[in-house]
Amino acid sequence: MSDDYRDNKIETKSADSSSGSYVPSADTIPAQEIPDQELYHAKSFWTKWVFCQDAKVIGVQYALTATAIGFIGLILSWGMRLQLGFPETFSFLGPATYYQSVTMHGMIMVIYLLTALFLGGFGNYLIPLMVGARDMVFPYVNMVSFWMFLVAVLVLIASFFVPGGPTGAGWTLYPPQAILPGTPGSEMGIVLMLVSLSLFVIGFTMGGLNYVITILQSRTRGMTLMRMPLTIWGIFTATVLALLAFPALFVACIMMTLDNLLGTSFFMPEIFTMGEKLDYAGGSPILFQHLFWFFGHPEVYIVALPAFGIVSDLISVHARKNVFGYRMMVWAIVIIGALSFIVWAHHMYVSGMNPWFGFFFATTTLIIAVPTAIKVYNWVLTLWRGNIHLTIPMLFSLGFIVTFVNGGITGLFLGNVIIDVPLSDTYFVVAHFHMVMGIAPLMVVFGAIYHWYPLITGRHLNQTLGKIHFWVTFVGAYAIYFPMHYLGFIGVPRRYFEMYDSPYMTSGVGLNQFITVAALVVGFTQILFLYNIFTSWYKGEKSERNPWKANSLEWHTPDYPPTHGNFGKELPVVYRWPYDFSVPGSDKEYIPQHVSPSEVPAAKAEQT
Amino acid sequence: MSQFDLSKLPQGSKGFMHDWASDQRAFKGVPWGKAMMWIFLLSDTFIFSCFLIALMTARASTTVDWPYPSEVFGLTVFGTSVPLLLIAIMTFVLITSSGTMAIAVKYGYEKNRKLCGWFLLATAIGGLTFVGMQAFEWSKLIFHDGVRPWGNPFGAEQFGAFFFMVTGFHGTHVSIGVIFLFIFSRKVFRGDFDTGRRGYFTSMKSDYEAIEILGLYWHFVDLVWVFIFAFFYLW
Ligand code: HEM
Ligand SMILES: [Cu+2]
Repeated sequence: MSDDYRDNKIETKSADSSSGSYVPSADTIPAQEIPDQELYHAKSFWTKWVFCQDAKVIGVQYALTATAIGFIGLILSWGMRLQLGFPETFSFLGPATYYQSVTMHGMIMVIYLLTALFLGGFGNYLIPLMVGARDMVFPYVNMVSFWMFLVAVLVLIASFFVPGGPTGAGWTLYPPQAILPGTPGSEMGIVLMLVSLSLFVIGFTMGGLNYVITILQSRTRGMTLMRMPLTIWGIFTATVLALLAFPALFVACIMMTLDNLLGTSFFMPEIFTMGEKLDYAGGSPILFQHLFWFFGHPEVYIVALPAFGIVSDLISVHARKNVFGYRMMVWAIVIIGALSFIVWAHHMYVSGMNPWFGFFFATTTLIIAVPTAIKVYNWVLTLWRGNIHLTIPMLFSLGFIVTFVNGGITGLFLGNVIIDVPLSDTYFVVAHFHMVMGIAPLMVVFGAIYHWYPLITGRHLNQTLGKIHFWVTFVGAYAIYFPMHYLGFIGVPRRYFEMYDSPYMTSGVGLNQFITVAALVVGFTQILFLYNIFTSWYKGEKSERNPWKANSLEWHTPDYPPTHGNFGKELPVVYRWPYDFSVPGSDKEYIPQHVSPSEVPAAKAEQT
Repeated sequence: MSQFDLSKLPQGSKGFMHDWASDQRAFKGVPWGKAMMWIFLLSDTFIFSCFLIALMTARASTTVDWPYPSEVFGLTVFGTSVPLLLIAIMTFVLITSSGTMAIAVKYGYEKNRKLCGWFLLATAIGGLTFVGMQAFEWSKLIFHDGVRPWGNPFGAEQFGAFFFMVTGFHGTHVSIGVIFLFIFSRKVFRGDFDTGRRGYFTSMKSDYEAIEILGLYWHFVDLVWVFIFAFFYLW
């Protein structure tokens, strides 16, 4: 891409430009186009910490809320695992409550934990700091976004307490069963779930518009698109996906709510229940599946792309090496994002749609593997001959790569129709999606928290607890999910409350017990992590400024940790990408983005 | 708002790439609020597209015949039944309000406080008339013709369901627009946009640019109506 001050960069600076043409100083950066943002200055405790318009506080609010609801999702998984592992010993979950647990666990983890944490949490905290803005462009709406999210979460929690309990329709909420008697929670639970999702979409849109526009229209001088940290690229692309994919979910929610409350038949065919013909007729359940998965598949990448971006930055900083193939990484993110809109029906191979669709969607699905594989190679090549520091963020990043490759390969299996048909709705699928969109992104979340916690609080997390957290989570996750692939091969179906005396359970019983024990251990380690977060806030070892020696702007604010308005009186000016580590010719080990070429004359920098 | 000299930038596709790759702003000379509205409208387009595609699938797959629009949406005036009469007037009113909106935006640019305010008010009244006629149409369909979301005497039951859902969703958009039009015309008359008075909630300075942004929304809502009109009344 053309970039008009490319010629002014370090290489061409060899002073005696014999061409005679005018060469502006190497430090020339275009003048400021946008007037400096005026901020709302909070006057009271309430507007400063509660109804706060500062994106950094909003980010922390988002993250804490998401973590809180995420723990409910975790506790639900313990209940399910105890039931699956020791059906005779534990009887607090009945078949109905099991369904409800599966559903709420899945929905909470995917939407209310991961989406909210990556985009609402990390997005809010990091975007303004990393692109050199004082705040999001529309802080008031950004604040409302969080409160909408909170209401959505409260409505979701309320559904546990209504008559009939929360919905047990599976996180996919397929009609007709989702709203028919016989499915747990078909009275109020499903309605509250749909309302909560709609509120989530509305709230997210308010925040999402802010993230996108802040990145597009409010960067600091010199911060070209190709100098943005990959974290920002990942969050940006994921937000665009969300703004285009959530509408389908929103529409599906509205239509199903009407089917339920008003008795319309959008998704409901002619149907008999307990010998009685219902009033529904003529609707199409497959239509719901198309709408749901038009949202559902991009949703996978809404979770994955921020993880891709963040992990690239973590690897680069902690291996002291520039990201291998930065441009390729950016294009891969964008291409994956675009392709993710034309693969949705690979979740519907067994739905009874036209078989030719399966052919098309299998092809597109496999094509996505290409940019994804490029990213994996580039991470590995970034590590190659890097000065790898085995800090906790690095450990989690390595854990991410391994887990993601694992889940990605099983994804290639499931992308093919003939392999998917027998494996569909077995534990193989459960293993696949937990690896690829459960554990892998969570690894990045953890790594990112260990990485940026000092920036947020000025203190480090306890390193010993961190190491324990990593090793137990990493090894434990494999102990949980690796055997599930095998369970899938021998045919154990997903979403089953109990396997009884099924023939395949001869070898499955012991495995299930093993998985349950592992799940409990991993779960309790997360409590240790939470303990670490809360105690280190006050008691953690004080962190010096920029402890990881990173280059991106968030570590170079005048106040550390950054305060309201982020950058003091003058916004920083950016001269380079954030990956100038161990630059040849320079005596500096790293060159932050705001260091001008004339300050590091010998450095042979990358053209960005 | 924009002090940026646009004429110095490269033109055409080269200029496009230049903007995207450069620093500070991807859309040069575009205030953030306008860019934000465009992206919001893109997202909203996906919502309406989902509704309309769902309608198409339903129409294509129902076993019972879809009702004839000219029969359902007829109006009897002085003893003769005129098909699509009400809807023609509604469409005319809404499109006209787009025109008054455009004029309001023009006077906004010129910082002509009085005329801008009056045309905003005219637009608001146009929108209100539209919603009022829609309410009339709904009540006629419900109370007179017996059309319900779960069934109707004319044919496939999805007809009523989609009709009320889609026009209702669009009507909500119009109503929200009308509320903002009234608020903005009051703000214009009060001179908020000249003095840069701070918003009550947002505490941001008012700027005439906001009227253009509201205009984008309003034109979008009208454009969507054209599609809804085509899908429900002409197909
Ligand atoms: C230690 C952590 C976790 C454990 C022990 C766990 C366990 C389980 C179990 C037992 C099921 C039900 C399987 C079935 O009966 O079909 C399940 C389903 C599911 N889990 Fe997890 N899970 C964990 C973390 C996560 C995370 C982080 C995500 C985020 C993506 C996630 C997403 C899902 C989804 C989407 C379902 C499917 C729900 C459905 O079938 O409707 N899980 N999990
Ligand atoms: Cu998918």
